[in-house]
Amino acid sequence: MSKEKIVTVKVNGSAVKFAVPAHRTLLEALRHEGFVEIKCGCEKGDCGACAVLLDGEPVDSCLTLAWHVDGCEVTTIRGIGQPGKADPLQKAFIEAGAAQCGYCTPGMIVAAKALLKHNPNPSLDDIKRGLGGNLCRCTGYTRIFEAVQLAAGKLRAAGEAA
Amino acid sequence: MNQVDTSPNAIANVNLRQIGRNKPRNDAPTKVYGQAIYAGDYSMEGMLFAKVLHSDRACANITRVDVSAARALAGVHSVLTADDLSACNAVMTDLPGQTGGGTKDTKQPILAAERVRFQGEPIALVAAETYELAQKALDLIIVDYEDTEGVYDPFDSQKPGAPIVYGDDNIVSTRKIRKGDIEKGFAEADYILENTFSSQYQEQAFLEPEAAVAWVDEHEILNIRSSTQVIEHYRAVADALGIPHNRVHLQAPYLGGGFGGKEVMTIEVWLALLAMDTKRPVKLIQTRENSFLSHGPRHPFTFTHKTGVRKDGKITAMQITITSDAGAYAKLSPYVLLYAVVGSTGPYRVDNLWVDAISAATNNLPTCAFRGFGTMQANTACEAQMEELAKLIGMDSLELRRKNFIQPGDPNTTGQIIRSSVWSDQCATQALAALGQQPNNSDHLVYGHGLACYQQSYGRIRWMKDTSESWVGLEMDGTVIVRCAVTDVGAGQMSALAQIAAEVLGVPMNEVTVYFGDGHLNPLAGTSTASRALYMSGKATELAAVAVRDNLLECMAKHFDVSPGELDLADSMIFVLDNPERCMSIKDMVKVCATEGVHRHNLSIFRAPQSEGLDPETGQGDVFPDFTYGAHAAQVSVDTDTGEVTVIKSVGAHDVGQAINLRAVEGQIEGSALMGQGFALSEELILEKGVLKNGSLSEYLIPTSEDVPEIQSIVLESRSGLGPFGSKGIGEPVFAPVAASIVNAVTDAIGTRIHDLPLTPEKVLAAINENRASRGVVSKSLQQKITP
Repeated sequence: MSKEKIVTVKVNGSAVKFAVPAHRTLLEALRHEGFVEIKCGCEKGDCGACAVLLDGEPVDSCLTLAWHVDGCEVTTIRGIGQPGKADPLQKAFIEAGAAQCGYCTPGMIVAAKALLKHNPNPSLDDIKRGLGGNLCRCTGYTRIFEAVQLAAGKLRAAGEAA
Repeated sequence: MNQVDTSPNAIANVNLRQIGRNKPRNDAPTKVYGQAIYAGDYSMEGMLFAKVLHSDRACANITRVDVSAARALAGVHSVLTADDLSACNAVMTDLPGQTGGGTKDTKQPILAAERVRFQGEPIALVAAETYELAQKALDLIIVDYEDTEGVYDPFDSQKPGAPIVYGDDNIVSTRKIRKGDIEKGFAEADYILENTFSSQYQEQAFLEPEAAVAWVDEHEILNIRSSTQVIEHYRAVADALGIPHNRVHLQAPYLGGGFGGKEVMTIEVWLALLAMDTKRPVKLIQTRENSFLSHGPRHPFTFTHKTGVRKDGKITAMQITITSDAGAYAKLSPYVLLYAVVGSTGPYRVDNLWVDAISAATNNLPTCAFRGFGTMQANTACEAQMEELAKLIGMDSLELRRKNFIQPGDPNTTGQIIRSSVWSDQCATQALAALGQQPNNSDHLVYGHGLACYQQSYGRIRWMKDTSESWVGLEMDGTVIVRCAVTDVGAGQMSALAQIAAEVLGVPMNEVTVYFGDGHLNPLAGTSTASRALYMSGKATELAAVAVRDNLLECMAKHFDVSPGELDLADSMIFVLDNPERCMSIKDMVKVCATEGVHRHNLSIFRAPQSEGLDPETGQGDVFPDFTYGAHAAQVSVDTDTGEVTVIKSVGAHDVGQAINLRAVEGQIEGSALMGQGFALSEELILEKGVLKNGSLSEYLIPTSEDVPEIQSIVLESRSGLGPFGSKGIGEPVFAPVAASIVNAVTDAIGTRIHDLPLTPEKVLAAINENRASRGVVSKSLQQKITP
């Protein structure tokens, strides 16, 4: 067994500390700590199910080594919003019927969150490109696009009102 | 962009308030908040982690398995090989829960003993303190192989002297149809057209790899919580282990997709063995690479179609041969073959018909269930042939289809009389119209339109004597409980039951709680396969809810001094229809009924139509409960420089009987549009001598968000189906015509047909160049023969 190192990350605002060997991915480490809302689909960056925000930017947690993120902030789907404090994207995913089996949904909403942060008014093509790293086998993506557009509209309206 | 048409002949007096509407599903919130727990997300105290050693050879004798080093590794609690299972090293892979029929010889070794027959065949199981230790133990297992001659083509495997993979002759299943007089039919034809079409392996590629946790509890009951479409596998697990059925408790939480890939048993029996051996909970999550090897992809099929047609478009005879590659074990290949036979004539009436079908074993991956289950491959071939027939006789292809569409009262392929509505014409007409104008070709882009219709069954084969049960009850506060052990694979199975109970009992959907996925604490609903979950469990739930409603109304009729028929339930109120001022809240109503001792719950069973099988000589008889009909149309562009196909618009138009949740129906159509597009254009497992060459999601190309065309759903409702409120099954049906429509659109664009799928850029470019060389001689392909 390789040498272990203590890594501290802030997950959804709370500090989490764990000892991991050099080869342990962020996906494995966080799921082991109980953050099972991060889904594992391929362990090699092909599917995007494990996407999280790392200091606000989207990464595949299966391609991120835990040692490399010491001191970083990680946001999972649960950190994006919760019942009663839902993110507009989550409300839109419910309203548009964008989740079927739901396994890609956490990563998909994470990717959409990052997309809207950089591009509050994305075109359909922008959305298609922005979600290009996240596979979905159930929905045909159409309602996911609708949900992102719906949320973007709500966020812009809220921004203008503020 | 979507529309709904309802038949003027729809069931009278149906006043639906919640059914058919666009409703957010009950399972949506838990999924978008990241709260939904899948099989691999559970952990238990003292839990071990499992790994499986899969064969890396497709055909070899095992000369030695040495697990001593693996067993000696600290932290390894169990290493099992075939030697440890000698008493019971076999598991049934036939369809579970059936009381009639059944296929002989579907036993498969749990762990390979003397030989491996396909790449991926399991050889050893390990349970250890961590996944890393389990992997380390796997790496320490020494397996010595002696490669033997294999067979990798279902035509070769039927030849005399071929290496034997299965039984005595590699024949897993045969089927035939002998109907009418094909000699007479061909004699009446003005033209006879022969074509061969073949299609490839397709991988289900659900996003959640197989996962489960197993443990033996304090009552010595073996528990398995698994991502399975079929919790009835508890019986096969029990039989394999030699313990009573009532000692195995198998449950399924939300599935991260299935599409047929979690229909036969996957990892459950392995975990059962490890949990029983270690007396500890054991978890296994398959790697994506092992998942590709483990569950059985879609069968490659070859169809030859010889069709007689008159100048007026009437088909006079069809002679069809069908060959599928079953891979190394039977699994569900005999049933998939039957579906292909029934689907081989598409949605058309063919009175003179001859079909010979065979499923042969090879040393390739065992093939199994995948959405469409043989019908979609057969339909893709049939709809290609229909286009070629139309071209041959110079008739519009929709017109040709209209001359031959099966109609209610007609016999289908196996002579089964069609009883429900057939709206093929309306669906095809609307789907094509929705495509709009075809753009003009530019210097390197050519455009094409394609159409395909279909007939696809819903519900299990009649001789399985399928049933489903559901329990519905009202709580004292007026909320509703449904207890029904349907597995929720992601299509909204659970939510649909809530919507049905809410409709019948007049409460909002979110006041219905559904206990699902556990057939030991709740009534068994049967499998979530064969487009039957909603049809069967929905019907059982409707029956139970109506029975509860009848009890309540009978009691309340006395209270209001009216007849039960004068009362209705809606918006959480009971009221007199003629005088809605006379009303009471459902909560108060429950109290009245409870005081009177009225049964506020009901357990109902729904029995599907049954039959005893097909005539062995003619292949005639009733196979399925009923069929769904519809059409898909596609507009594509083809880049003549690169061969790249882009789907621009994809339109599904289907008679779904009655939409339960309109949004969920459209979700099925949209998901099908993309999955069918993958089959038509990009998805193909590539095997070389049985060894998979592209077993990852970066090499096996399912469509991504950047491949999505404009998708339109047109939902028609004949209310003629056998399901709740006249619904038909749709999960597989709406998928059945998609690939065919895209293939036909590409053919329209480039002016020549490619006979083997998928239509990769390489094949498309080669076809364009070949067509240019032959200067417009239509259908010059060597695979096509026209007489006279």
